[in-house]
Amino acid sequence: MSVRGTVKALPTLLRVAFAEAVAYRAEMLVWVLATTMPLVMLALFSAVAEGGPLGRFGQAEFIAYFLATFVVRQLTGSWASWQINFEVREGTLATRLLRPIHPLLGYAVENIAAMPMRVAVSVPVAIVALALVGGRAVAHSAGAWLLFLPALVGGWLLTLLANFIVGALALFMESSVKVMDIYLAAYFVASGYLVPVELFPPGARAVIDWLPFRYQIGFPVELMTGAYDGTLTTAVALLARQWVMVCAFAAAAAWVWSRGIRRFSAYGG
Amino acid sequence: MRRYAYLLYIQLKASTLLAMQYRGDFVVDLLIELVWAATAVVPLFVVFAGRSSIAGWTYPEALVVTGWFTLLQGLLEGAINPSLVNVVEQVRKGTLDFVLLKPADAQFLVSTTRFQPSKAINAITATLIFVYAFRRIGHGPTAGGLAASLLLMVTASILLYGLWILTVSAVFYVVRVDNLTFLFTAIFDAARWPSSVFRGVAKIVFTFVIPLALMTTYPAEAMLGRLHPSSLALSLGGALFFAVFSRAVWVRAIGKYTSASS
Repeated sequence: MSVRGTVKALPTLLRVAFAEAVAYRAEMLVWVLATTMPLVMLALFSAVAEGGPLGRFGQAEFIAYFLATFVVRQLTGSWASWQINFEVREGTLATRLLRPIHPLLGYAVENIAAMPMRVAVSVPVAIVALALVGGRAVAHSAGAWLLFLPALVGGWLLTLLANFIVGALALFMESSVKVMDIYLAAYFVASGYLVPVELFPPGARAVIDWLPFRYQIGFPVELMTGAYDGTLTTAVALLARQWVMVCAFAAAAAWVWSRGIRRFSAYGG
Repeated sequence: MRRYAYLLYIQLKASTLLAMQYRGDFVVDLLIELVWAATAVVPLFVVFAGRSSIAGWTYPEALVVTGWFTLLQGLLEGAINPSLVNVVEQVRKGTLDFVLLKPADAQFLVSTTRFQPSKAINAITATLIFVYAFRRIGHGPTAGGLAASLLLMVTASILLYGLWILTVSAVFYVVRVDNLTFLFTAIFDAARWPSSVFRGVAKIVFTFVIPLALMTTYPAEAMLGRLHPSSLALSLGGALFFAVFSRAVWVRAIGKYTSASS
């Protein structure tokens, strides 16, 4: 499992995974269409905005926020936890263990390879969003856009690593799908996916600031919609916190995986 | 008729016994349902913090809709989803043959093969939401309102089931629909708010094409005692239409079935 061997294998791995993503394109489209939650939330908040703005959010800001949420969710999505659960149960994880690269890297590569198709779906949505709100509700400072990219990558890594950690729990407890279910519900509530974090009461915000969920989706969305245009230092501090969490999650994932994999025994042949 | 009632009893018993094997799961499911109920209540809590009414609904009134949403979601995931996911699998593998050979109606058999009793928790969650909402309103629902809402619950179940049968009938034509079921569940998420928050095309679609308004908003309005009689008539007519139409489509679709094996 040398670093050089892994780097050399990457282009091929990516190509194979991309071909797979293209082969299952119809299925992926259904998955994208099934991401209706931001639009459902947008309907509620639009009705709210009709009675006057809520915080800094008027109608246009809500449209921008929730369409950005849709786009960021597409770009940071990961399903590795379900995949690991499935492969542990079916025993097909064994074939992954035989390959000369780290299995977690394999899942990550499959995730990356699906990106171009997801970008292809999300970019039109982003353009529609821009046309609808006329650029008023997106970030204007170049600094915010500069920070957006690492924030997006950080959000994706956090989601992926959380998937690894919960997925690896399947090695200890047969199936960790239900753990993922609880994680997902908490993520929905506390990440800014359903409700912009800024709208929570101050007490709740203080807690959310220290939970990982907000850094998975809410933070990149806030950067994109101009929440930090005047306060870039706050954004830098949040970005630093996000990446500290990424490192902590990476360490935890590596630890849980190396512990759990010893317990794995494949069935069948 | 009695034979079908007995069959239903047997199928329910089998599902319950199956679920009883995993008692630990039941406790975990309880926890999960409560957390997911929070995803429906928290947004309402936040948006109503600053104002008293949105699109003609106050906070406790909107909670009543959430209660109905929780109840119907339980019905969908507990009684409708598990069986019909099964059908998709059977059509693909060709094992639907065994169902068709049995001396009972195939639609009845496939609709009752599997239940998930733990989803009954949603009924408890919904009741808690109702009790809380009506305590905030200050008075309980009237007897007439309650009766109308129970009637609407029946029509809502029929609508939901009919829509599902239509989705599943598609499997005989296109085979690969297993993640269409997720799409359906995702669309059902829109039923968690009062239908008046939707505008324009969405409002028309959610009333007439995918009648989500008839499933959660109308029963809630009935419970609050402000449902217009014409809406009740629309629900009854809609349910009747969906029942007849979905049955007709199912009968046609099953004629298309060609066994996949041998």
